[in-house]
Formats: sequence, C-alpha cells, structure tokens
Amino acid sequence: MLNPNLKLNEKLFDKDTEVAPTRAGFGTGLLKLGETNPNVVALSADLTESTHAHKFAEKFPERFFEVGIGEQNMAAIAAGLGVSGKIAFITSYATFSPGKNWETIRTTIVYNQANVKIAGHHAGIMTGPDGATHQATEDVAITRCWPNIQVIVPCDSIEAEKATIKSADTPLPVYLRYTRDKTPVMTTKDTPFEVGKMYDFWISDNPQVTIFSMGYMTHYALLAAKELEAEGIEVLVVNTPTIKPLDREALLKFTEKSKAVVTVEDHQVMGGLGGAISEELAKTIPLPMEFVGLQNTFGESGTPKELVEKYGMGVTGIKDAVKKVISRKR
Amino acid sequence: MVDPIHDEKLRELEIKANEARQLVIETLIEAGSGHSAGPLDMADIFTAFYFHILNHDPKNPDWPDRDRLVLSNGHICPIRYVTMAMSGYFPLDELKTLRKLNSRLQGHPHRTALPGLETTSGPLGEGLSQGIGIALAAKIDKKRYYTYVLTGDGELDEGNIWEAVMFAGKKKLNNLTAVVDRNNIQIDGFTEDVMPLEDLKNKFRAFNWEVLETDGHNIRSFIDAVAEAQAVYEKPTVIIAHTIAGKGVEFMEKDFRWHGMPPDSQEVTGAPAKGQQAKTALDELRTLKGRIVSEHQA
Repeated sequence: MLNPNLKLNEKLFDKDTEVAPTRAGFGTGLLKLGETNPNVVALSADLTESTHAHKFAEKFPERFFEVGIGEQNMAAIAAGLGVSGKIAFITSYATFSPGKNWETIRTTIVYNQANVKIAGHHAGIMTGPDGATHQATEDVAITRCWPNIQVIVPCDSIEAEKATIKSADTPLPVYLRYTRDKTPVMTTKDTPFEVGKMYDFWISDNPQVTIFSMGYMTHYALLAAKELEAEGIEVLVVNTPTIKPLDREALLKFTEKSKAVVTVEDHQVMGGLGGAISEELAKTIPLPMEFVGLQNTFGESGTPKELVEKYGMGVTGIKDAVKKVISRKR
Repeated sequence: MVDPIHDEKLRELEIKANEARQLVIETLIEAGSGHSAGPLDMADIFTAFYFHILNHDPKNPDWPDRDRLVLSNGHICPIRYVTMAMSGYFPLDELKTLRKLNSRLQGHPHRTALPGLETTSGPLGEGLSQGIGIALAAKIDKKRYYTYVLTGDGELDEGNIWEAVMFAGKKKLNNLTAVVDRNNIQIDGFTEDVMPLEDLKNKFRAFNWEVLETDGHNIRSFIDAVAEAQAVYEKPTVIIAHTIAGKGVEFMEKDFRWHGMPPDSQEVTGAPAKGQQAKTALDELRTLKGRIVSEHQA
C-alpha cells in the first residue's frame, strides 16, 4: 500500500491524475530561489524556454546570462561566478551539459569547488521523438563518479521544485536531472524531501523484494507494485532521489526483510542508480539484484511510452525483474 | 588604476624578474619535472603584476576587492608560485615542495589548495571563461576590481577560448583584460605550423575587442599597455605580449623542446650536457642583470 505517512498524491493511480514535467518544477524552483536569494544567477546555452529557465530570466534579467550554443563556455563562466560569491545554475540538455562539457565541469566546477548547480534537462529515453542524440542516458554515471558532488534525480515536478531550492543549501556543486515529458505527480507539497534521503512510497509488512527507483520511473514501479500485490507478491518501492550521497542507513533498513533488490531507472544500468546501490550492498550485505533500465543500448525515436515498453522498462519489465530476483533467492 | 612606473622601480623590477627566473630554475630542479619555457618567458609579466599592477594584499588573499589574476595556461605555474612567494603569500622555502606529495603547490594550480590562486587550471582554454564569470560578478556587485586573464598562445587552438571571446565582446566587459603570451611555441612545434593563429589581432578585433601589442619582456611598456587597457571603456582588451620562449637562458630560448621539461632531465641537442643544464642556466641568469637592463635602454 502507499505509505500514508508521506502525504503522497492519493490520486496517483487514477487515469486522469495530474501530470507535469519535472523541468517545470525546476523553473518554478529557480524563480523562487531568485526571489529569496540575490546571489542566485542562471546561465543558458540557447535553451532558455525549453529548460524553463525563462521564468527566472524574465524576472531577473540582470542575473541571467545567455551564452549562446557553447556549453563549455557556460560551465566555466559559471565557475567564475561560483567562486565570486554567486550560486550559478547552468541549464541545458544533459547530453550537452554535463555531457559535452564534462571535463570543463570536472576541472572548473567540481575539482575547483565552485558553487555551481548543473541542471541537466531532457534526460532519459523519456525525451522521446528527438532520438538517442538528445536522450541523456549516461549522465548519472558520469557525474556521480566525481568527488564532492551531489547527484539528485527528482521523481516529479513537485519534488523537482524542492530539489532545485534545496540544491542552493550547499556550497558544493550539485547535478540535478530533469525530464522533458509530462509525468504523473506522485508527491504533494507536504511530502518530505531532504537531500541524502530515500523514501518508501509503497510499503509492506513482509516484502519479498525491494524496488529502488529514480525519477519518473518511480511511477512505473508503483504501478508494478500494485499489480504484484494483486498477484500475492509483496514489495517495497523506495523512491531514491539522491543518488549521491546515497542514504546507506535507509538502504540497509529497506532491504533487511526482503533480501532481494530490483533497481529501476531511465538510464544505462551501468553506473547509474543500480550501480550505486550494488556498490553499496556489495560492501555490506550482498543481495541478489536485477537491474531495470537501458541494457547496454542507446535509445531511439518514439513516444516515451513506446520506448519504455520496447526497452523493457515498463510495468511488465519491472514485474518480470521482481519475479526473476525472487527465483534467485536462496 | 595602474600608475606609470618610475626609473628606479623599473630597475628594481627588472632585477626581481631575473631573481624570479633563477628561482624558477631552482624550483624545477628540485621538483624534477615541470615546464621551463613558459615560466621563464612570463617572468617579466608576472613581476609586473605582483609588484606593480595588482591591487592585492598577500596577507589577506581573500580580500573581496582585490584584483583577480587568472592563470589559464596552468602549466606555467612555477613562475606564479615564485612571484607569489616573493611577494609574501607563502615562504620561499615552500617552493621546494612543488609537485611533491602533500604540497599546496600542485603540478597544475588548484584554487582550494593555495590561498591567492583564483582558479584551478591546467586543461587549456578554460581560464578566459572563468575570468568572465569573475568579471560579471564584479558588475553585479558593483565592485571595481579588475580581472586579468593570462593565456598561452597555443591555448588559443581551443574552441572554448573563442566562445569566451565572443561572449566578452557581446557583454562589453571593460573590467576584463586578457594577456596572450605570444611565444610562438607549443608542445608539437611552432604555433604557426601546428595551427596557424595569425591574423590574431584582427581575429580579436572581429569579436569586438580592443587589441594592444607589447614586448612581453619590457616591463614598462607592458605596464603602460595595462594602463591603456583600463582606459578602454567600451570593450574588453587583449594585450598580445610578444615573448621569447625560455627567455633568459640562451640554450632554451625559442626552442619548443623546453616547453614541458625541466633542465637536466635529459640530453638535448644543442644544449649543455645533462647535469650541466641547470648550472649553465643559473650562471647565465646570475650574470644577466646588466644585460636585461641595457637591452631596454638600447
């Protein structure tokens, strides 16, 4: 059942439940930050409206910088601002930033400890018809390997707004991952969100498997959990917005009873959420695991729903992974 | 604003620049690796910055109103470390730790390791953009500090540089001055063979920059160029400083083989034998005081 303590959206299983893109939550969060903190600045590489940075840009033109199509320049300018008392948000599609400008971010922002937040948009195959060139499916892997950075993947537009605002609490660099398409709003303004925490959205007294999910895929995991319950298979679904630093304590607590794990992410299964969790479990209590996500393949054009199904990341794929991991339990 | 330099101080700085070169050689020998040519050719410019141009306080390196000196081509950091130590940022003795374990003097400069460094650099082409960010912050905060960015010339091959040049021109950043070390060498050879940069002046002009040229070994003319740059109100300025790679050590001058190695690390055709290179360089630098001055008087 849905965790009643987390004040989730009670209509999240309804066909007509509210949908919104996480990038909209970014836009609202950035605007609110701008209103409360005069040191917040934002930069765009010719994708201002698409990344929803336009709300900030329109209200605070003197704190907004359009750099044109140059993601390396954007990152390093932000680094200069970030070491000069500013909190700089750089916005682009994740394939370009932190993709194309990876080394610039590594040197001038992360190693340099500049106060810069990297907002990577259009992440995952969820980006849809634009095709694989614009679907960032490696961004979590290439950012979470950096020392001294936080990596956050909000599950819906409300969590995205909270994550955006909270990212300014640390002087460290933060990578924030957002998606393009409208996805179900699972949380409410009262749902708790802290950086470094994970939340059991779907609970059970005797779970056989714990599903850790990130981003909008949490909704697919919840749909799978509901169907599995009807089939007599009890699971936990843990929404994991902070990939780094990983909530080790909660990870152990949520797997204590189930002793089996399925990870669910719109990302390559190598190096993403599944990688992060398996690294941690291998060091503590190794458990059988299955990984739902892109299996060593790029995406392609299609609607998000079609792509999620084709690449085995939908409800069926998650249920199959749950059953498979149960069969591997000793 | 930068004041003109009087004769007595000029002579003092010329001698300081020569001392800095000697310290560079001694530091590189102690480190056992590192770059020779760039640090030697930028000795006069670094001396001019730390002892005349910069509005700074070595005892208060985080002073918010200090001028910012951004080093984009981080590999020439030995000359920055040397002139910082000479001006009192840290003890001269610490120069011996360059490139060694637990040192604040990393092989390429790391901002958070050593107070007084404005950026982390080494991977090329990133400093001008960072300087732009620092200059933009000054505009937002209505502060009057200047931001100076030093780049190599080979570094101008990087696309990021021209993204930054375009942006600074667009924003008319008059509180930003770039200095290009035009020594004509890079690792694989002469810049015009590896990737031609000329017509460099008109490339910058086309992006709405003011362009000045100066002899990078003439401290007075360099200081005058910086003062002229500060008087340009409507755009950023680049000073193309013509330098001689390895300046001051005859067998290193204009020879790109000395870009990335210290003296005495290997035999080099046309140079003194291994084991004699550092000694020769230091002997030469120690007797150079008079010559550098007389060159400028000529």
